[in-house]
Amino acid sequence: MRWKSTVIAGALAAATALAAPSVGAKEFKWAFQGNLNSLDPHGLFETFTIGFHGNMYEPLIAYDDKMNVVPALAESFTQTGPNTWRVKMRPGVKFHNGNDLTADDFIFSWKRALTEGSDMKVPAGKIKEIKKIDEMTFDIITPNPNPILPRDLLILYVMDKEWSIEHKTTAATNLKGGEEGNYANLNANGTGPFMVTSHAAGVKTTLKRFDGYWKNIPSNVSKATFTPVSQDATRVAALLSGEMDLSYPVPVQDWQRLKDAPGVQPLAGPEARTIFLGFDQVRDELLYSNIKGKNPFKDVRVRKAFAHAINVEAIKKKVMRGSSVPAGLMVAPQIGGFASELNAHWKYDTAMSKKLLADAGYPDGFEVTMDCPNDRYVNDEKICQAAASMLARVGVKVKVLAQTKSKYFGKVLSQNNYDTSFYLLGWTPGTMDSHQAIEPLIACRTKEKGRGLFNLGGYCNERIHALAPMIESESDQTKRANMIKEVFKIHQDEVGHIPLHQQPLSWGVSDRVTVNQRPDNVLDLRYVVVK
Amino acid sequence: MFAFIIRRLLQSVLVMLTVALIAFGLFRFVGDPINNLVGQDTTLQDREKLRETLGLNDSFIVQFGRYVINTAKGDFGYSYMHRRPVKDMLVERMPATLELSIISVLMALFIGVPMGVYTGLHRNGLLAKIFMSMSLIGISLPTFLIGIMLILLFGVMLRWLPTFGRGEVVALGTWTTGLLTVSGLKALIMPSITLALFQMTLIMRLVRSEMLEVLRTDYIKFARARGLSNRAVNFGHALKNTLVPVITITGLQLGSVIAFAIITESVFQWPGMGKMFIEAVADVDIPVMAAYLCLIALFFVVINLVVDLLYYAVDPRLRIDQGAGGGHG
Repeated sequence: MRWKSTVIAGALAAATALAAPSVGAKEFKWAFQGNLNSLDPHGLFETFTIGFHGNMYEPLIAYDDKMNVVPALAESFTQTGPNTWRVKMRPGVKFHNGNDLTADDFIFSWKRALTEGSDMKVPAGKIKEIKKIDEMTFDIITPNPNPILPRDLLILYVMDKEWSIEHKTTAATNLKGGEEGNYANLNANGTGPFMVTSHAAGVKTTLKRFDGYWKNIPSNVSKATFTPVSQDATRVAALLSGEMDLSYPVPVQDWQRLKDAPGVQPLAGPEARTIFLGFDQVRDELLYSNIKGKNPFKDVRVRKAFAHAINVEAIKKKVMRGSSVPAGLMVAPQIGGFASELNAHWKYDTAMSKKLLADAGYPDGFEVTMDCPNDRYVNDEKICQAAASMLARVGVKVKVLAQTKSKYFGKVLSQNNYDTSFYLLGWTPGTMDSHQAIEPLIACRTKEKGRGLFNLGGYCNERIHALAPMIESESDQTKRANMIKEVFKIHQDEVGHIPLHQQPLSWGVSDRVTVNQRPDNVLDLRYVVVK
Repeated sequence: MFAFIIRRLLQSVLVMLTVALIAFGLFRFVGDPINNLVGQDTTLQDREKLRETLGLNDSFIVQFGRYVINTAKGDFGYSYMHRRPVKDMLVERMPATLELSIISVLMALFIGVPMGVYTGLHRNGLLAKIFMSMSLIGISLPTFLIGIMLILLFGVMLRWLPTFGRGEVVALGTWTTGLLTVSGLKALIMPSITLALFQMTLIMRLVRSEMLEVLRTDYIKFARARGLSNRAVNFGHALKNTLVPVITITGLQLGSVIAFAIITESVFQWPGMGKMFIEAVADVDIPVMAAYLCLIALFFVVINLVVDLLYYAVDPRLRIDQGAGGGHG
């Protein structure tokens, strides 16, 4: 009797093992450089985290694969007055746990995004009040007229109210710990096409397709596994060995290797991120320069001289290996308000540069220290060094201080009193609209209103100061575009900053899959197809 | 013996406090954690509020005092980046590091000691000379280079072994082990070889030189004169006496392997404590950094204590004069 049951058990085991890969199961494995630290959708306003959450959670309106804004959980979202918007939720949408989507869920999520542990307070703050009309309809009241309110809410994900109350996560995961918010940190329940089956931050996150998803999507992925791999070499090796279907970012110097290897290829394109240089234009004497008693960067001729001394084509060819797109504007072509006629970079002309410096009173140039991160943007330190050597040709001796991003941002941001004289920075406006580049980077610094938070050099122009709030509330698209163009023209004429280029996106993709590469470097699993 | 242990424990507490103090002093210079915790759109007021909440505006003494008191209570604080208790994170990641470290130390011992004995006994043999030359490679190549070469050879070109990670793990209570699954064992091979290579050559050379020295001593001559077999002389008598320095070195190595498997863990994306620490450094996740450093100090202290106690068990010469033994530690 004993051996009979053993045989049966063995047969069952064999049968299960053979039956394991179910018919039509398509698995997708991918690796990224950074970690997914939290599953809480209101926890961190950072591109990768928000992009990942977008596979499990959804906002009222969302980006499609071409980054057009399309209705998601809101069936309609229309402006009914200067400060009011009417939202109708989409019927028949279910959360992963089976609950129905109602207006209450959005109202709850908005309130949750305003709690202490949330990093979504700024976008949630674009709503002053919500008036519920019925189960699926509500009115949003904004504090000021805001023609791009829907775009501001692209990252405000909707959580299930009942689920959150049941699991005591009615407040966003707080840094000080405590019971509140911990459940959403480690578990997810959204309306998106994928559910989380396991999550170990920094190790592995596995997703499973949610059959009850309300929309038809191109993706045929049934199981997706995400692994953070921080070392570039290991990440590329995992792609080459076939263990990964997608690895990103891939160092630019590995493109040839990916092209040569069978079964994989590089996928590159310009990111909607602009890299630029900035100057301290506020202090009467620079902190890190040999010029005493005056600030050379307050003179527009000095700034113009710098602009003409930097050869972005050479940077593109030698430093970025042909992958960057030289720019003259602070925003990329994909950003609303971009004006192509203003996007030409200054002409590379060392003679003019030297003449301008001499006219400004610095015929022998001067010395200045440049602050640079070394692990934040693509080849950031190399770009700084290239710029420094180009400036040396016109007599300006630049000392490059390159640091890891925690130290770099710890030094140059407002909390440390903008401790810099000359710096490199990169920016993508989260709403893909120019206003969210103008306000933090170009507008005059005003502490109370929070304007110019990342205007590290303190560039300030009266007309731009007046235009910025007007752009925010102007609903006429043409007027708005013209105001944006005016701001950019003034800024460019005055050389407020020196935009260098759009940096490249760099993904390594296996031939087994097709993916959609968004210009904000986000992977949307809805468009991943396994062949 | 008892007094010895008590004295060592008191010294250990002093060592731990010193480590904590130095570590805390360093944290002033590691950068700003706030920028890693918020998005680019977060207002200045909210950033300031966060700084207050985390107690980062308090003086050094206050922050340090608060930390020591909390740690004594068993509360290691909450990770800034992960927003979870650091204790939970350590418990989750420790098995990976400990498994890797112990396997690599065992590998180094079980390969290094026999190799050392062989090259000690057959000084001028061809095989011994080959071993010695190969050992130079183990000492001179940096860990990350060995790791990447192994990944390239066995992972990418031959596709025999996985290029990253730990494979499937089985949870036994709070411990997770990769030893019970095929993919787990496969994933363990390259990282442990990488870690073991340096120690292996160290142990081999050490055993070899110790053997050469011990084989010349009088008591070995007398043992041979008495007619004991080669095996009894070499392994029963000579090897035992060479083990004291080997134990010291292995003990120190185990401590540093656990503490600094950071590079190997980074190259192989091994989800252990070392990887957690290096990420915490990049993210300026101070609670995790502080807890890790204190934990490592604890490991070193405990390992050194165990090593000292093992002397008695192994070397009969130490057992004879117990009085001097107390001073030996």
